[in-house]
Order: sequence, then structure tokens, then C-alpha cells
Amino acid sequence: MAERSFAKEVKKLRLGDGETFHGEGILAVTKGLLQSGVAYVGGYQGSPVSHLMDVLADSHEILSELGVHFEANGSEATAAAMLSASISYPLRAAVTWKSTVGTNVASDALSNLASAGVIGGTVIILGEDYGEGASIMQERSHAFAMKSQMWLINPRPNLPKMVDMLEKSFQLSEASNTPLFFQLRIRACHLHGQFVAKDNLKPAFTVRDALENPKREADKIILPPFTFLHEKQKIEQRWPAAVKFIKDHELNEIFDGAEGDVGIIFEGGLYNVVIRALQMLGLADSLGETDIPLYVMNVTYPLVDDHLVEFAKDKKAVLMVEEGQPNYIEQALNKVFNDAELTCKISGKDVLPVSGEYTGQVMKEGIKGFLEKFKPDLVKFDDQAASIASLSQVTVTAEALDVAIPARPPGLCTGCPERPFFAAMKMLEKDYGEIHISADIGCNSFGTLPPFQIGNTIMGYGLSAASSSAFSSVRGKRAISIMGDGGFWHNGLTSGIGSAVYNNSDNVFIIVDNGYAAATGGQYIQSSARTLKEDERKARIQEAVQGVGVKWVRTINSYDIADVKALVREAMTSHFIGPKVIVIEGECMLNRQRREKPIKAKRIKAGKREVKERFYVESETCTGDHACIRLSGCPSLTIKPSPDILREDPVAYVDNSCVGCGVCGENVHAAVLCPSFSRAELIFNPSGWDRLKHVVRQGAIGFLQRRSDNKRARVSL
Amino acid sequence: MSNTRIKPTTIVISALGGQGGGVLTNWLVNMAEQNDYFAQSTSVPGVAQRTGATIYYLEMFPKSEVKDLTVPPVMALMPMAGDVDLVVAAELMEAGRAVQRQFVTPLKTTLIASTHRVFSIAEKMVLGDGTGDSDTVLKAAHQAAKTFVAFDMESLAAEMSCVISSIMFGAIAGSKKLPFSREKFEDAIRAEGKMVEANLRGFNAGYQAAETPYVPEQASDTDVPFGKIEGTANTPAAQALIDRINGLPDPAREFAYAGATKLLDYQDLDYAEAYIAELEAFAATDKAPFDLTHELARYLALWMAFDDTIKVADIKTRSERVKKYRQEVRAGKDQIVHMVEFMHPRLEEIVGTMPVGMARFVLKSPFLTRFFEKFTGPRLSDTTKVSSFLMLYFMASLRFMRRKTLRYAEEHAEIKSWLDRVRTTVATDYDLAVEIVRCQRLIKGYGETHERGLGNFKTIMAALDNGSVTPAKVSELRTAALEDEDGKAFKKALAA
Repeated sequence: MAERSFAKEVKKLRLGDGETFHGEGILAVTKGLLQSGVAYVGGYQGSPVSHLMDVLADSHEILSELGVHFEANGSEATAAAMLSASISYPLRAAVTWKSTVGTNVASDALSNLASAGVIGGTVIILGEDYGEGASIMQERSHAFAMKSQMWLINPRPNLPKMVDMLEKSFQLSEASNTPLFFQLRIRACHLHGQFVAKDNLKPAFTVRDALENPKREADKIILPPFTFLHEKQKIEQRWPAAVKFIKDHELNEIFDGAEGDVGIIFEGGLYNVVIRALQMLGLADSLGETDIPLYVMNVTYPLVDDHLVEFAKDKKAVLMVEEGQPNYIEQALNKVFNDAELTCKISGKDVLPVSGEYTGQVMKEGIKGFLEKFKPDLVKFDDQAASIASLSQVTVTAEALDVAIPARPPGLCTGCPERPFFAAMKMLEKDYGEIHISADIGCNSFGTLPPFQIGNTIMGYGLSAASSSAFSSVRGKRAISIMGDGGFWHNGLTSGIGSAVYNNSDNVFIIVDNGYAAATGGQYIQSSARTLKEDERKARIQEAVQGVGVKWVRTINSYDIADVKALVREAMTSHFIGPKVIVIEGECMLNRQRREKPIKAKRIKAGKREVKERFYVESETCTGDHACIRLSGCPSLTIKPSPDILREDPVAYVDNSCVGCGVCGENVHAAVLCPSFSRAELIFNPSGWDRLKHVVRQGAIGFLQRRSDNKRARVSL
Repeated sequence: MSNTRIKPTTIVISALGGQGGGVLTNWLVNMAEQNDYFAQSTSVPGVAQRTGATIYYLEMFPKSEVKDLTVPPVMALMPMAGDVDLVVAAELMEAGRAVQRQFVTPLKTTLIASTHRVFSIAEKMVLGDGTGDSDTVLKAAHQAAKTFVAFDMESLAAEMSCVISSIMFGAIAGSKKLPFSREKFEDAIRAEGKMVEANLRGFNAGYQAAETPYVPEQASDTDVPFGKIEGTANTPAAQALIDRINGLPDPAREFAYAGATKLLDYQDLDYAEAYIAELEAFAATDKAPFDLTHELARYLALWMAFDDTIKVADIKTRSERVKKYRQEVRAGKDQIVHMVEFMHPRLEEIVGTMPVGMARFVLKSPFLTRFFEKFTGPRLSDTTKVSSFLMLYFMASLRFMRRKTLRYAEEHAEIKSWLDRVRTTVATDYDLAVEIVRCQRLIKGYGETHERGLGNFKTIMAALDNGSVTPAKVSELRTAALEDEDGKAFKKALAA
């Protein structure tokens, strides 16, 4: 059960010819796949394409009706290797992952796939996480496309174009026997728009057909001498075929404009922002009418040299807009123009920033810079600059505002089971001293942020265990690796734990088992209590590590903070030589709440006895030191002004979003904090026994309370 | 060249996880599409669920301006600085961030913001007060916006028992900046069909609130005299004390009254009188603007009401506490609520509550120390149970002998030496004396926190003994001591 259910939305996937689809980019892409007669799909979740995996998982009914196989792949490498089914069979295939990280993981299989070539259209939908809000290092997928010679589609970001380009991508792939990347940026994935649908197509050839008629093509196996042959085919056949297809089907678009001696060439994904920037300068309108000729690369690799030359030959200058670095396209363009002996100048990173996202303002400044260089009279006004200039009347300086506004770093959710674990680690470091800790990708990455600040490096998904390898032979102070269950199955078991066993590593490996790939939205994994297709756990982490030879394995509930601390200390100081694995268990609270909350609400409604727990901080005894917050960071444990006018510091306060997970109480005890915390147990539909006890207790307690109240009331000021 | 000068209406919505920014976006998109507009929305959710902020971006464009409906307008996927017509921020600092990013300009932008705060971890984890500066943000927002609508949407949502997104939707309608009538907004809520009644209630409240323009609060003028304390004295002795408080310099009265009330509640009227007497002595030599007496009124009261076991037990057994508690946890009218307290008494707390002689005897005897250690450690006590309540009630009743306890003796020895230091300093360096008074702020909390604070306080006092320290330096040291709990900043400041 993923964080977001698309059960309702997937009905839109059934729309037929001529009907209008309204919805999100991710869903539109899925519809595009079905319209293309795809035979199998898969991938691995990661923002911004986690929802694509969720949509596919939620649409199993439609997929099975069409005879489409869906596989929730174990990793991006798995997904890429799955595409081998399209090498010798005419099976259309699509997989998805987050790039560039997922592309890195998949690269071995991708190289081989690209070498052998495909006969079934093969599309890899890349969720490009570049720019604002990105959670990964900033690199381009472009380099991958070039070095393996796979095509790179980067469509104009509107739904009709995206869907159309997706359909064309399958054709292009088949026409050139080459797998290709279809890039989608984060905003395009979450774009709400509309397009006119077509009927879904059953795959002409299915995976069953393939298995029943196996076909072996020796020359497609990646061994010499065929690899040399493949390279030759790439250059002599596949590349020209691709260029021809792109040209014939006009995949790249030219929008002509009155100012014929200049032009802008850019990646398709940047179209809307280019238009808006031109609009600000009075050189385009809302409908896309432009004064400056535009060359839109919906295919950014390979380039169509003669088409580009045709566009630029009568121009004195063009602006090449390409996000990220290195500026591969700009470099290639120089070569193309040089070979064609054009006099047209190429501007690019000279007027645009070398790195970073090309936002509206950046784009406008770049285009303005270009025009000022080559056509200075064209820029008559600048709406955006005028608007910004009006800010001069604001007396609060930018610096003052920077100081006034606090940062809002992300953190673990309310009730997250990883919180008590990180609290225990923080307490341990306080007594034991600082420890070298390799952190990982996933929710557990947030442990590296305030308030915990635990972890020295992050090397990749499931790679924390491998990251401590350099320290594996030191007998003394040990290194710790922390990874999530998602990372463990993705990669950690083999690259990390298996390798640690073989090398007799003396380090400590902590696997945080929250039951899901939680950070990407709670997708099921091997060790989930339920899995995608069946109501059962497929594998246990403990058995897996024992299976690869780990002798020291312990399991503990994350909420037993003092015990967790003691256990990690034991692992750090134990005389046992060899890898020590601790599995920290605690189910992802988002998933748990999603399952349990409705049941509880139903039971309460039905008159059944239920207890709801939540925490409370006594503001009279809280002195505003916030030690509790520094061990928690829970969104529901917050602050409010002290009710006592004499106290300057805000006091801790538990807001109504508390789910009563118990961390606050455990922390108070384990770290000996303060006596301000209390757990409220609200009884719903109390039993007769509850009521009786309550009346008796209240009688006695009420009497004593009234007595003190009266005594205190004798003197007042 | 360009055929149409009409530009899309651009909208930024900034919301935190759980505030319903997505729902609000859907309402807006559906409303626009139902009323002959093209609408497009995108978002960068990042890690919204995980306490971050999500920026939703919408554009709308009238179909009447399009020649061929199959060629829709080109709409941007992200907001451009200086080109946003409407910014809606569901939290004050997020409104500030929109101003910071120049999404809000006086030429173009209507800014609708909730004035409530959701504190970030960076603000919450500070040892003292790390909260952002709301006044500066409000001022900047007010100046930067063409139209500024601001009110506390969260309180209003709580009052209306609805979600904050419906308040925001109402406020957007109320600002009358979108080309749709009120009915069209309400239709969008009905069309969605979820929690229609609550959403319409919230919508209406938000609509009305947005009709009143934002008026900046006048900064309270500190030069206005506080005046006389009325009080609610019910005995002649109490009235006499009120009169004495009114005899103190005006700037000290508010705190002195709060302090005296606190100490009466903490111990008895004699204790409050002793506090006022101390203030009177300092006030006698103080002069306008009476910073010393003002600050001392605050910090002496806080110190004299030190957080001992008796105080904690007293607070936890009061009837008014139960009332407040039940309200905060949102208990139903007659709902049974158990209140399970998390306690962790250490030997220090147990011995601190004993009379001085006995306490010293226990500490000297290994046998007795071991015996009393049995009562230390983590403990859960449900104060709705008679046994647990009685235990705390008994602890609270020890107030009659508080003056004899070890803790009292220790605290008052420290208080005395602090006051002596202030007295000797005030003659030579008034500003330094005020800074010394303010150092009491460091002493707070329980257990380790208290030890750390007191340790830092003593370190500053020792620095004063060892040479000349300027008032500014004392202030700097105090700030450094509140920077981090490992004392890194403090050590650095000391060494500097």
C-alpha cells in the first residue's frame, strides 16, 4: 500500500479514442504506454517517478486485461536487465527510474543492451531530479546517452506533446534498433493538463509468445567479435536510421519568427520557460507566437546536423540553451557549424549560467544578454525587471529578511520509528564518543540532518555497508554503517554485507527495517509484511544475512531506546571479531496509520472500547531548554511562548498531530530529561469497570484537590 | 508580432505537509476548467510529508483569448520572480520565503498569508529562543505586496473545525483577484464532494476574513508607564505587599507582581515578601530607567522559585492542571483520561528534598546511599490512580519544610553570592551589574541540563573574578552558552 493510491485515477487509463484525458503527467505517460501497445513494464521507484510505479501497481487490472506484464523490479539494474527481452523479440517495453542515480545503478545492463540493440521498441522513462527541490547530486543523463549511444528524448512539457513523443519514441527505437531515454523533469511529472486519448493497444507480440517461440541470435551476445560488430552497426546503421526517422517525422520543431537573423536552439523541456522569458521582453505571446525563430530539440541526442545547419545558415547568431554542464550540445553545435562553414556565432554558457536550473528569471536574463550582444535594438522593454524594480520601495533589506526567516530542513515524519533509533545513537555518541558512521539513502538519510546529525558519508542506495570497507580490518574502535531495508534489498546485501563477511570485517551494520521503501512513498519490498501480489512476507533480513554467513545478528524494537543504545554499545565493544548486524524493527508510521486509523475509528464508532494515546508537556515545569526536541525533531513536538511572563524562552508543546508513538517518554527516561512529559490515555467507550474505578478514584483525588485549592485560596495577591 | 498581450494569471501556493495545498490546487484547477479557462498546475513536492514546504504553481488562461482551442496557450511550469499575480502562503515564514524569492512585488502581487507559525527544527532545537522574526517578515510582506491579506488561518480553521485549505480557498475568493464569482468557488467545493459542509464553513470564514485589509499592529510603546497594580489581595498582609510593589519603580512593577504571585504560589506570603524586600533594597539606589530593578524582578523570582521535587509534585496534583491537560489533549466532556507521568528521580532529587542534616548524613553513608538509590530511575506514575496521586500529593505537602531542605540551602547560597556580586558591582559598573543579573537565564531545567546551565553560570562568574570583563563580553558569553549543548561555542567565546 503506497502512500498515495491511484486506484481511482487509473480508471482514466481506460479512456478511448477521442475522449479527453484530464490529469497528471505521470498518469498521461502511463496512458501513452498503453496506447503504444507496450508488452511489459517495470522500474524502480524514486522521485519524481515513484508515482509512475504506484500508478502501474494500481493498474494491474487494466494491465492484465491487455496482457501487459508488470514487474516491480528489485533495482534499476534489474529493470535494465529485464529489457533484454526486447533484444530478440518484438516486445515493446518501458521501465522507469530516477536519474542520474538509477541510470548509474543500471549502467552495466544498459551498456550491453545498447550494444546488442533491440527489435522491440524500448523506452526508459527517466525521472530527472535536477534543480529546485532535487535530492541528489546534479549531473546530466546526457553523458550516458552519448557514451552508450542511446537516444535522448526531452519533449516540450505539455501533455499532448509528451504522449505523442512517447508513442513516437517506440517507433524511433524500433526504426533504429536502439533503446532510448525519455526524460521527464519533476514538474512535468506533476503537471496537471489534458490531451485527447486514443484506444489502448494490446501488444501485438506478448511475453508468452516469446517464451513459446524462443529465438537465439548468437550475434547479439556481448562477446567478441560481436561487440566490435555492434559498434560498427551503431555508427553505420542505427545512428543514420535514427537521424532519418527524427527528420522524417519532424520530431524536432522549428517555430519561425520575424527576426530571421537570430535564433534560439534549446532542449524541448525548456520550451515553456523560453516562451515566457521572450514574453517578458515583448518578443512572444501567450499562444507561443514568437518574433525570434526557435529550434526545439525534442530529441537532444542524436543531433540532426543538416536540420540545424538549415536553421542557422542565414543567421548571424544563435543562442544554445542547455541546462547543466558540461555543455555537450553547444560543443557539438560548434563542430557542426564549423564543418558546414557557417558564419553564425554560437552563444550559450557565455550569457547563461554554467550550472543550475534555468528558471524564468535566469532564462530571461540569458536571452536578454544574447540579444544585447547581437541585436541590441530588439529589447524594448522588460516586464519582469519593471516588476522587480518596484521592490525598491521595500525598506526591509534582503539581509534582514535572511536573518528573520529560519531554514526549514526536512526531517522524519511524526511517529517515525527511525526517530527513537537515532535518539539512541545520539545518546550513545554522547557517552561513547564520536563514531565514524556511513549513512545511506532513504528516510534514514534524514538522520544526517538536525537535530541528530549522525552520519559522515552517503555513497548511494544500499551502499553504506560497503562504505565502511576501508575500516574493516581495524581491531579497536569500530565503524558503523546504517541502511534502510529498501537499500538492503536493493544493493546492501551483496555489495555490503556479503563483502563484509568475505573480508571478515569487524564493523557494525545496522539495518533499519520499517517494512517498506518508505522514502519513495511506502512501496512494498521483499521483507514487507505484505507484498504487492500476495499477503505474505517473502524474505527476512535476518535470514538473508545469516545466509551470506553473518554469525552475529541481533534484532530489536526501535522504541526500546535504552536497549537499542545498550545493544549498539555491545556491538561496538564485543569481543566477537567479524561483521555484526543489528536489525532495528519498527513499522513506518505513515503506513501503519493508514492501515490502523480507519479500523480504530470504526471500532470507536461501533461502541468498542479503545484507548488513544498522545503526549503532553507540562508548560509550568518546562523551562525551555528544548533538550527533548534535540533528541527528537518530531513535527508534533514543537514550541509555544511560555505562559509565564517571567520566562523568555518558549516552552515545549505537543500539538494535536501527536500519534502517541512513545518516543518522548522513552527519551525522557533514557536521557534523564525532565519531569514535564506525560502520556494521555484517552479511553473511548469505557467499560463498566473503567467507570467504577474512575468514580472511586475521582472521589478521593477530587477531595484532596479541593482541599489544596481551598488552602491556596486563603491568600491571593 | 505578438497577437495577444493577455498573459496567464499566475498563482503560487506555498503549503506545508498536511495543510492541503494539493486539495486547494485541485479546487482552483477544476473551477477554472469549469468556467472556460485553460488551467495548468505543477508542484515540487520535495519532501513535504517530511516537514518541508511544497510549492504549487498554477496558471490560468481564458479560452476566449485563444483562436484555435486545439492549440492551448503556453503555460510555464514554474513561477518567475516578479511575475506572480497571487501568492497564497499557509504559514508566515513561507510567506516570507515567497517575498525573499521575489515572487511578491508591489506592482503585481496579491499576497494572502496565514500569520500563524509552524516552527522549523532549526528554531525548535535552540537552547533558548531561536524563533524567527515574525515582525520583520510581516513588515516586508506588507511592503512588498500590492494587496496584503493576512490573518491567523490556523486558529480560524480550529474555530470552524475545518481544514486550513478551505480557509485559504475562501480567502482567495474574498480577495476578489480571480475572475470567478463566489458561487463558482463554492461550486468547486461541492463538485469535489468531500467534507462539503465543513469546507463551505471554512470557505465562508476565510472569505469574510479576507475582506478586512491587513493593518499592521502598532509596536507597543515601551515609554508608556505601566501604572499601578490593582491585584486581587484578600488579606491585609497581601494588600500591604501590593502596596509595596506599587512603591517600586514603574518599570519593575509588572515583573515584581508576577514574581510575587509566583512565589506566593510556590511557597508562602513570607517568601514573596522576602523577594520584594530584596527588590526594594536594589531599587533604593537604582535610577531611571531602572534596568537593574526591572531585570532583577524577573530573574530573582525565577531563581527563588527553583524547580525542586516539591514544586513538580505540586503542579502535577492540582485540579486546574487537570482541566488544562484535558483541554490540551482534547478530551471529551466526561471522557476518562489517564495521565501517565514520566519521572526519573535521581539520588540528587531525593536527597535534595531532605532536611540538610539528614541529607548530608545519607550522602556520607554508603549504605544509606545505596538504599535510597533503590528509589531512583525511570518511573511511570498515573496521577489518576490514588496510589500515585497520594505519593505526589505527599511530596507536594513537603512544602511546609522546604526552607529546611538541602536543595533550598544550596540554591539560596548561590542566590546570596549572586546578589552580593550584583551589589558590589553596581557601584562601579552599572551595566555590568545588569548583565550579571541576566546570567540567571542560564540556570534552568533539571538533571544534566540544570548542571550544565549552573556550570556555565559559574564559569562566567569565575571569569568575572579573574579579571575585568566588559558587559558586552558577559552578554556574548551568555549567548554562546545557549548556542549548543556541548559547550563548543561557549568554550570558543571564553577563549576569545
